[in-house]
Amino acid sequence: MLRRRLLVFALLALLPTLAVYAWVRIVPIGEVIWLSLHRWNLMSRNKPFIGLDNFVELTRDPLFLDAIVNTTVIAFGVVAVTVPLGLILAALIYHRTRARLAGFYETAVFLPHVVSLVPAAMAWKWIFDARLGPLNAALGWFGIEPQSWLFDPVLAVVCIIVLCSWQTLGFAVVIFIVGMKNVPHVLYEAARLDGATAIQAFRHVTVPMLRPIVLYVSVVTLVSGFNVYAQGFVMASDTQGAPGRLVRVLVLDMLENAFRNYRFGYAAAEAVVLLLVVLGLTLIQFGLLREKGGRS
Amino acid sequence: MSDDAPPLPRQREPFSLTNLAIDALLIVVALLMLLPLILLIGNAFKTPQEMLAWPPNFLPQNPTGENFRAVLADTPLLRWLFNSLVFALLSTAAIVATSALAGYVLAKFTSRILDVIFVVILATAIVPFEVYMIPLYFQVQKLGLLNSIWGLLIGYLVMSFGIFLIRQNVKASIPDELIEAARIDGANEAWIFVRIILPLIRGPIGALAVLAFFQAWTAFTWPLIVSTTTESYTVEVGLALFQTGFTIDLGRLSAASALVLIPSVTVFVFLRRSFVQGVASSGLKD
Repeated sequence: MLRRRLLVFALLALLPTLAVYAWVRIVPIGEVIWLSLHRWNLMSRNKPFIGLDNFVELTRDPLFLDAIVNTTVIAFGVVAVTVPLGLILAALIYHRTRARLAGFYETAVFLPHVVSLVPAAMAWKWIFDARLGPLNAALGWFGIEPQSWLFDPVLAVVCIIVLCSWQTLGFAVVIFIVGMKNVPHVLYEAARLDGATAIQAFRHVTVPMLRPIVLYVSVVTLVSGFNVYAQGFVMASDTQGAPGRLVRVLVLDMLENAFRNYRFGYAAAEAVVLLLVVLGLTLIQFGLLREKGGRS
Repeated sequence: MSDDAPPLPRQREPFSLTNLAIDALLIVVALLMLLPLILLIGNAFKTPQEMLAWPPNFLPQNPTGENFRAVLADTPLLRWLFNSLVFALLSTAAIVATSALAGYVLAKFTSRILDVIFVVILATAIVPFEVYMIPLYFQVQKLGLLNSIWGLLIGYLVMSFGIFLIRQNVKASIPDELIEAARIDGANEAWIFVRIILPLIRGPIGALAVLAFFQAWTAFTWPLIVSTTTESYTVEVGLALFQTGFTIDLGRLSAASALVLIPSVTVFVFLRRSFVQGVASSGLKD
């Protein structure tokens, strides 16, 4: 137990941070849950308690259902692209740590994770442009018909997955490389003595040893995928007179209900759905870690 | 062979075809990752006629600076950059200050209350910003801080990961004996923190500062709802709305985007190590 004088210092030192936490995190999280159980439109003076009515309405709201399907497809799509690709790239870059270009590889792969999203999304928007974009031009060399990437409902989702994966890949690679550095060397020695090739060692040593980290990266990527918004916002918006198709995602639907329809209680219910998804994913992560006996 | 040697690429390998192939592959991948940014900067120098060329030119044929001149003259881009810069700097200062102090206290002081506090902080870290931003918006509105940098700042005052990062570093790198010795010499707690602890955690604080700065610099959804006047936009929001508002040509948009990208890319290239260190430590939960 701590001496009293020290405890007083500790609590005093924490006080400003705790006050800020209460103010900008804990109270708003409480409020969003409270709001989700009430009907509050801009016009209404009082906010009656309506239990789970908002959530019941959500299950019948075609726009919300569209949003949750799109968001889920995007989140899992990004993980499906990023995790395998990230593992392979990390292994290759790690293998070439001593190469003269190692720093260049790492910088190039990581840079998209850092740059501002809006300018980057604009670059991709031009790449995907149906009439003037280089992607259709490149496909043309192979005799593939030009596609209207940003207008087709399915392709527009694909475009968002590509953009998000491009941004997330560097994060996955950096974390995986750190994980690979921590794999005990003796395991590779043993694998080599047993006559394993480099690819077999990757498959049977690296991948199993990295399982907790792969899980961590997958969950972080899924969570950020469920929060996708800006990417769609920019890629769908208007340039040269042709608005793309606005892919309805969860955050977009929530913001529309709040700031366009002024249904704050209803929007809060959507926020609570997002919260439940994120909590569920986190619990699954911890559950799997425990089950596998991972070094969490 | 020693055990603490870095594993795979230990001995310098002789020339190998495999390594050559891997290098070739990695160079292609690296260039592909950079390609969208290269194309964007190329577009910034194209004339409006060239933007309409089919098939599109990879790089501009007759580069022009006209797009840059036009975008700086016709849009408040500098104002937006200034807003973003002030917002990011203030957010970094707030996050570094709260994280350093709280991280140190939570690492080196033991008490049931502090354990509970740490768990609460970690638990809120799981909740994405998008979940509670609507109530937070109303707090900002009540304070009359919409359309101001202070309103933006309220969303970015603390970072749970920052507290976690500093706590892990203090735990791992600063021995209890050091603090005990200072106490026996009669140093008070505040002095110990400022004069002994802070200098020892400059590395992780630097990494955290870079992360915090970029987090605010690239923020989008929160500034989009808090700032609704042209004057108060951050550069991200300004750019995003700028392209929806008018039918303007892509050359100018690219020039504006390039102006936004160049400073952050430059900063990143210089601070790459502390950046990667910061991100990497996020994967190392104890």
